[in-house]
Amino acid sequence: MTRTDERRAKRRRGEQAMVPEARFTSYYGMPVLNRPVWKALDIAGYLFLGGLAGGSSLLAAGAHATGRRALARAAKTGAFGAISLSLAALVHDLGRPARFLNMLRVAKPTSPMSVGSWLLACYGPLAGAAAATEATGRFPRLGALATAGAAVLGPAVTTYTAVLLSDTAVPSWHEGHREMPFLFAGSGAAAAAGLALICAPAPPARRMGVLGAAAELGAARVMKKRMGLASEPLEKGAAGRLMRASEILTATGAVLAALSGAAGSRAMPMTISMAMPRAMPMTISTAMPRAIATAAGAALLGGSAALRFGVFHAGVASAQDPVYTVVPQRERLEQGRGFSAAAHG
Amino acid sequence: MAETGERPRVGFFTDTSVCIGCKACEVACKEWNAIPEDGLVLTGMSYDNTQGLGADTWRHVAFIEQRKPVEAPVDVFEAAARADAGSELRWLMASDVCKHCTHAACLDVCPTGALFRTEFGTVVVQEDICNGCGYCIPACPYGVIDQRKGDGRAWKCTMCYDRLGVGMEPACAKACPTDSIQFGPLDELRERAASRVEDLHDAGVTEARLYGADPDDGVGGAGAFFLLLDEPEVYGLPPDPVATTRDLPSMWRRAAVAAAALAAGVAACFVRDGRAR
Repeated sequence: MTRTDERRAKRRRGEQAMVPEARFTSYYGMPVLNRPVWKALDIAGYLFLGGLAGGSSLLAAGAHATGRRALARAAKTGAFGAISLSLAALVHDLGRPARFLNMLRVAKPTSPMSVGSWLLACYGPLAGAAAATEATGRFPRLGALATAGAAVLGPAVTTYTAVLLSDTAVPSWHEGHREMPFLFAGSGAAAAAGLALICAPAPPARRMGVLGAAAELGAARVMKKRMGLASEPLEKGAAGRLMRASEILTATGAVLAALSGAAGSRAMPMTISMAMPRAMPMTISTAMPRAIATAAGAALLGGSAALRFGVFHAGVASAQDPVYTVVPQRERLEQGRGFSAAAHG
Repeated sequence: MAETGERPRVGFFTDTSVCIGCKACEVACKEWNAIPEDGLVLTGMSYDNTQGLGADTWRHVAFIEQRKPVEAPVDVFEAAARADAGSELRWLMASDVCKHCTHAACLDVCPTGALFRTEFGTVVVQEDICNGCGYCIPACPYGVIDQRKGDGRAWKCTMCYDRLGVGMEPACAKACPTDSIQFGPLDELRERAASRVEDLHDAGVTEARLYGADPDDGVGGAGAFFLLLDEPEVYGLPPDPVATTRDLPSMWRRAAVAAAALAAGVAACFVRDGRAR
């Protein structure tokens, strides 16, 4: 009896197949890859918090340079808080947490986790110094240096996590390696802007929220289109629900952020009222822009978090179904683009 | 084995055409390496109750039952076919193991340096250094290495590093009663494997093929390669595995561009209205 599992890789909801239907063989339907052991809350949470921290450090530096004290304080505190939580999550996820310092035993550019460890080892203290000097008002020159330093490393903290995920054999992580850094950059910017919109709404945060959300939504679209079969787990099950929630929250956040600017334009005549049409009725009270900004911020934060959890879960799902490993590799071989000459059937 | 000078890279050639599914390799591996028990379950899917490689399974014998005509030239098979001419059942058995890749993704991504390349050309985890970050697990394109529950660290085949050190062959190869698992210098094994495939082709077993023997494949050739009688995926092996780190330089470049774009984008958000009031 042939027990070898033969299944069809089918598209859901009868939508247009991006990849032609393929028959494939597996060993009793068992996964080829071993399931990633990373815990979702720790690692997807870290992806979100790392992006939030990196984006906040950039926002902090901008606010610092342009004299926006409230925004600078919120962003610096946010960056330090987020990166502290990140480190706790990363250590908690280790199989041997007591050995976390082994991460700094070597420096390996072939290991995104090694690069990330060194990055965090440099960025964390800078973000801490920036937040501490801002809060206490002491050592302002040191604070300015730390703020600038954190802003230099912040973008790397935000985008390297895409390489961390992509540099694996997990189909739905690896196949997104071209666009994921841009996706995470947009998501990090949106999250940082979201936090700022809640704590200290200001025109740059609003613009950053809209820009980040647009980048996040656009990059997600391009990434899914280019991933082939590996995009399927991003649309199915828990991961699919998270990705859809992310899309709705992020888009809503962007619209609300833009709206909060328009509504607040009366209160801030020198800022963006010149460019924004006075679309909002004059009856809006002065408290309204703040409420809208808070809602925008919450939506952007939620959208960014849902995206990271969605991408994380999609990868785990793709590792657990052999179809995503076998079919693209088999197609590669049949089209003569494979590496394994000997495996040509 | 030469004690001085260049050591030849060693490896496994697993010739599945002579595997009888006795699982002596699994047992010998467990015994020699003192690997803990990892669940005594009956899967109900086949004679395979081990299911796959993992932290506590470093050799795994796969059992595949196929409805295919048996066309083996060996007398014993002919006899078996005559005795049961109505059935067209074919058994495939294969002992899987860590491939000890030339370009090993697990080793590349290990952030602590716990995974290293030995003087024998094999890939081994140093258990006193591994901090259980788990990165090697999704990096492996074959699903070999895994985290041991209750221990937290990553474990896999060492090709019996301790035995190699004193000039002995690995426990699985030693225990294999049919020489399905052959150990030796990789160059020698590749020659032997090529001639074995030729012999099988001449004998009419046209589906015989080597898997992992090509130094130009996605992992730069495996230190443990196989002679298979069907497509790799039938045995639970990826048909065209690639070390993920092959794309890493381009990933770093894109992450750098994205980081620069992020910094520029945020800066642009401040340019518009300059300093606050």
